[in-house]
Amino acid sequence: MRLITHNMLQCHVKGCNANNFPLELQEVVLEQEEAELNEDFLRNMLGKIEYEALVATCLKLDINDLPAAMPADAAYNDEFLQILHRVILETHIKSGKMVCPNCQHIYAIRDGIPNMLLAEHEV
Amino acid sequence: MLPTPDLSHLKRQDYQFIYEPAEDTFLFLDAFEDEVSYLKELNPAISLEVGSGSGCVTAFVGKILGESNCLKLCTDINPKAARATQGTAKQNQLSVDIIETHLTNGILPRLGGKIDLMYFNPPYVLTPSEEVGSHSVEAAWAGGIDGREVIDEFMPYIKQLLSPKGVFYMVVVNENKPDDIREIMKRDGFESSIVRTRLAGREKLFILKFVRTA
Ligand SMILES: C[S@@+](CC[C@H](N)C(=O)[O-])C[C@H]1O[C@@H](n2cnc3c(N)ncnc32)[C@H](O)[C@@H]1O
Ligand SMILES: [Zn+2]
Repeated sequence: MRLITHNMLQCHVKGCNANNFPLELQEVVLEQEEAELNEDFLRNMLGKIEYEALVATCLKLDINDLPAAMPADAAYNDEFLQILHRVILETHIKSGKMVCPNCQHIYAIRDGIPNMLLAEHEV
Repeated sequence: MLPTPDLSHLKRQDYQFIYEPAEDTFLFLDAFEDEVSYLKELNPAISLEVGSGSGCVTAFVGKILGESNCLKLCTDINPKAARATQGTAKQNQLSVDIIETHLTNGILPRLGGKIDLMYFNPPYVLTPSEEVGSHSVEAAWAGGIDGREVIDEFMPYIKQLLSPKGVFYMVVVNENKPDDIREIMKRDGFESSIVRTRLAGREKLFILKFVRTA
């Protein structure tokens, strides 16, 4: 799973409805893998990313390249788009855990696949 | 004709654990081939296949959309299917992120209103209700009463997930009562059409397409 997808995942334990995003990454193994840069796609994604959550997640992983706030000219800021591309589309989470900041539920990532399944009583 | 995705990495024994592409899968591919210009025009930023199984359909759609134009997400409840989808993406040089989950649990409300393209070849076979809810290969077909139990559980999410321009495609068979499904979706604000139908053995298959009523 790439970091962009982590930015889309949210705790869904029954009754856990607030402060349940982003899931906190712990004990993760990361891998960089090159991908073709597509500026039009990145521009389309700008409005769909939760930027603050992304930056907070990155900082905990010691990825410090993203500016704290999205630049006003983000859509046409080549340098920014390149960094964003590298961070969200080239950074893969191979394994680890995602912990809900609210209810502490742990979701595992194995073989690069997040497991969002809950046991019967948690749904 | 677009080439069928390369599934040569999946072997006979893999299909004991995951759904092997069959007539329904291939009709889905044919429907997407009919929709090529529509999909290119749509230019989805985020796509989602629910129940991707082998990953065959997403690999096909991924080739239509182009590798870097779209964030391609998949879900499956079967862990082996999730791994097969990942392998198929790799085999076909596509980036796909697969989430092991029930339907779309774990991406709502975060992705509410943000999915431009969504598709589902659901478990549609009529079975006893007890057979629904497995996490292994039975999940591929067991649809419960009228083959509608998983479909009916999923339908209410469609209006939450799709973006204003979003489109949803689904495979159904005659026994699922396609007209009734279209009626329910109509009440949720969707107009529908039939992209393809085919008689495959005893199954009459339909590919339904839903977009928000203008
Ligand atoms: C008919 S198979 C289709 C597989 C593949 N998309 C194809 O067309 O060949 C249905 C798939 O949905 C998955 N599935 C069944 N119930 C599910 C659920 N509740 N949530 C997610 N996936 C589910 C099954 O594991 C299976 O892979
Ligand atoms: Zn939680």
